[in-house]
Amino acid sequence: MIELDITILFAGVIAGAAPIVLAALGETITEKAGLINLSLDGSILLSAMAAFAVAFETHSLLAGFAAGALVGALMALTVAVFSIYLGQNQVAVGFVLTLMGRDLAYFIGNPYSRIQGPQVKPLAVPLLDKMLFIGDVFFHHNLPVYFSLLLILLCWWYVYHTPYGLKLRSVGEHPRAAFARGINPKRLQLLYAICGGLMVGLAGATFSLATKPGWGRPQGAEGTGWIALALVIFGGWNPVRAAIGAYLFSFLQVLGIYLQGWFPSVPAQVFQVAPFPLMIFTLLIMSVAQKESVQIWAEGKAHVKALLNMFSGMAPSALGKPYRPE
Amino acid sequence: MNTSRTNLILPLIQQSRHALVTVAAVFFFTSLVLIIAGAPPLAAYYHIFKGSLGSWIKFSHVIKSWIPLTLCACGLLFTFRIGLWNIGIEGQVMMGAVFTTAVLRLGLESQMPALVILGSILAGLVGGALWALFAGFLKTKGGVNEIFAGLGLNFVAQGVILWLIFGPWKRPGVASMSGTEVFPPALWLPQLASIRLSLPALVIVCLALIVTALILRYTKIGLYLKAIGNNPSAAYLFGLKPARNMVLAMIFTGGFAGVAGSLQVSGVYHRLLPAISSNYGYLALLVAMLSNYNIWLVPLVALFFACLNVGSIQLPMALQLDSSLSGVIQGALVLATLGVHAWRRQRAEVRGQKAEDPSSL
Repeated sequence: MIELDITILFAGVIAGAAPIVLAALGETITEKAGLINLSLDGSILLSAMAAFAVAFETHSLLAGFAAGALVGALMALTVAVFSIYLGQNQVAVGFVLTLMGRDLAYFIGNPYSRIQGPQVKPLAVPLLDKMLFIGDVFFHHNLPVYFSLLLILLCWWYVYHTPYGLKLRSVGEHPRAAFARGINPKRLQLLYAICGGLMVGLAGATFSLATKPGWGRPQGAEGTGWIALALVIFGGWNPVRAAIGAYLFSFLQVLGIYLQGWFPSVPAQVFQVAPFPLMIFTLLIMSVAQKESVQIWAEGKAHVKALLNMFSGMAPSALGKPYRPE
Repeated sequence: MNTSRTNLILPLIQQSRHALVTVAAVFFFTSLVLIIAGAPPLAAYYHIFKGSLGSWIKFSHVIKSWIPLTLCACGLLFTFRIGLWNIGIEGQVMMGAVFTTAVLRLGLESQMPALVILGSILAGLVGGALWALFAGFLKTKGGVNEIFAGLGLNFVAQGVILWLIFGPWKRPGVASMSGTEVFPPALWLPQLASIRLSLPALVIVCLALIVTALILRYTKIGLYLKAIGNNPSAAYLFGLKPARNMVLAMIFTGGFAGVAGSLQVSGVYHRLLPAISSNYGYLALLVAMLSNYNIWLVPLVALFFACLNVGSIQLPMALQLDSSLSGVIQGALVLATLGVHAWRRQRAEVRGQKAEDPSSL
């Protein structure tokens, strides 16, 4: 029987969610501009490998994170160029890169498997870490975790409260109208694909240098990219809600570890795959909640309506449809 | 104006030139990856070649992986035709394998093994189709994107297999990742010792190719799938039912995938393994894309992919490299093909505009 310590539980949730938050935020930004980068799962693995390998060779964590971010950006750039400038199906390109990124990571990362390498050290925030409960949950982590917390606010502020964010949303909602206002939709989409890719790359680097230090086959980050893609939908293309989704997911993961200890008779495999049917179920509820008949049924039921609103969120209108000038 | 003769020859020259550019790009990229990994590129290619086509035994392994790959890619033509991304095919292969194992286990004491094997293949078909039906309903009735529904179900199927191997179907004694207990040889898919290949499996693949070609080309279903895939809203106005046809396409794909999984159990491993699907479903998506959704190119591309897969198994032994190089080459091939295709189209557009300009004056 494992003792349930609320403080440790929540601190674990915040730390474990860091890479997922980064990936979900990156993909939200990219999709807000109208482009789907389906390559997330492969991108995360390849950037995790690159980050670990570079940090190992150079003994510099900073170089490791930079390499991870660069790899993520390159993958996103490939999807963006193929879809925006070459007119290819972005789902197809993204899927190919998902598989290829994983295989590339296993292939090039082979010599770095199961070796001790550098990893990020915890760094408590002075003063703030002395706070009761909050100090233990939020301020006893490492830099990538603080960065992920900070980035949530930054993304939200950028998307909804700056003129650049307005342009970003306009390109995703109505590229033609944006073009009429003097915005170049193609260039902006390319830019935000790269920005999103940088964050996804950082997510990979956070995996191999902080959350699950080291490299191997499997690394342990497999499947996270798909979860992050689903979280974007769950978040209704809102960075804050996507991040909340990431914390919920991380909470379930941590809870799974406890549950395994409490119910040893249930095979471990059940807890390992549990997030995925849950993902389907959540997407199902989201889709049903937006149905017209359900909306009409909820009319006049204040509580139900509030609950439904929690699950609503419209995709950017031009998502997945690259801009083509007439 | 061109003469009709140059019209015939020109595309052929262009086609081969584009193929050459594609292959050169892939060769360059893969060699670069090998150099980054610190491996001699030419030696790696040589080992892949020798490991796949070097002897009849190795080639029989190639055919063994060509069979599920072709079956899956064949099935995927249905879902691609209607515009669906059936990433769930991997799980459909696994469920086919699970259903087959269930029937074979029931028939352990049977006096008519041939009947049991036949029943197990049918069960595999049903298992794959049911799993696909699930994803299809999630898409059409639940509004869940088929990519996420399928992917989630893949993980669930993997969980089911692991649970079965470590739970109800575990080996007497100790359960392990090596799978369930091996079936008695009477329940193995018959294999010709002289060529080390299973004739029934080859017949099934040939049937699958012919059936797919016939359905897609000559039946109403094929026409409906194409019409809906090309323009869903117009098809709806014509009275076609996109949702129903999508589910139908999913069932077809799932059935083919289920049979592939079934043959993996009864013809290759003779037991249920955690890695029974061996990524063939995901790989088949690449095969279908690279064949440009053309049924007659599917077996050829699948053969090439199977060669890469089997050949790269030599790499860890010979050069201490990871065998995932095959996946790198396969992905690079698809990407390069997409890129060259786009480049060709853009050049054609530019040329078309130039040709139009004088007439508009």
